[in-house]
Amino acid sequence: MKLELNEAQKWIELFVEKLEANKSELNELDTAIGDGDHGTNMDRGAKAITESFAKKAPENVSDLYKATAFAMIQKVGGASGPLYGTAFLDMSKAVKSENIELADLIQIGADGIKRRGESDIKMKTMIDVWQPIADAMKQDNFDKSVVEDALDSTKDMVATKGRASYLEEKSKGHLDPGSQSSAYLFESLVDVLGENS
Amino acid sequence: MKFGIVIVSHSNKIAEGVKDLISEAAPDVSITTAGGTDDNEIGSSMQKVQDAVDANTGDEILAFYDLGSSKMNLDMVSEMSDKKIHRFDVALVEGAYAAATLAQVDSPLEIIENSVKDMKIK
Repeated sequence: MKLELNEAQKWIELFVEKLEANKSELNELDTAIGDGDHGTNMDRGAKAITESFAKKAPENVSDLYKATAFAMIQKVGGASGPLYGTAFLDMSKAVKSENIELADLIQIGADGIKRRGESDIKMKTMIDVWQPIADAMKQDNFDKSVVEDALDSTKDMVATKGRASYLEEKSKGHLDPGSQSSAYLFESLVDVLGENS
Repeated sequence: MKFGIVIVSHSNKIAEGVKDLISEAAPDVSITTAGGTDDNEIGSSMQKVQDAVDANTGDEILAFYDLGSSKMNLDMVSEMSDKKIHRFDVALVEGAYAAATLAQVDSPLEIIENSVKDMKIK
């Protein structure tokens, strides 16, 4: 299946709502193993997305992902800015000439994050949510439980990338904040897809 | 000159401080900085990195950075910029100081890379 403009816009808008509603939750997770500002940073990105859509309504999915990417890149301030930004920018390029299958779209986003962060799965980063979800979509069994399982899997991992990696073994036992914000993104996607099924 | 230097840090004070320090060793090298977020808070800004690259008068850029998102923003600018940017994954202060000293006397890239290779920490 492919995500059309109205569905994709609804997806991002739900993501924005979740980021705003869970700002302190994300900050708390980040306080445990990072610098405590992931919620504040993502909230700033979320508001920039809303402003961007209000200023100029996206005319197609490529525009929509690009506007999302630029809002993240310009306003987030932490590492999640270039990471989400690269994911959405690569997704925007991928759908420029024609729309592609959702599973392929999410894989392109995951690959963008891997490239930008010079990282891969099992390092306790947002890739541990993006990649299992791309895999599940390819098998056509994407739902909320896939998102929950992927997020929960980060809890017992030892971080080997990002700021939490400085904590080594002490990073164990905490959810990865970037994986939590990514979980909000994909829970939003399940909500959008659910409305159509 | 052939090489200019760009310093990217999460802190505006660190970026400016490193510039002050290495300028002593390289008075004729173009040194520009991208420190902190757009509001000068702690963090990094792709726009600031872009501005520092644009404002630099070197033909090619030797880029030094501190933490994760400084590197990522630098890489994003590298992918979009026409200017050749050489990223150094080395100790910020010592690496930039050594490179500045060598750039001042028009050393080739190979010599600069060789000189800082033992300072690789990331």
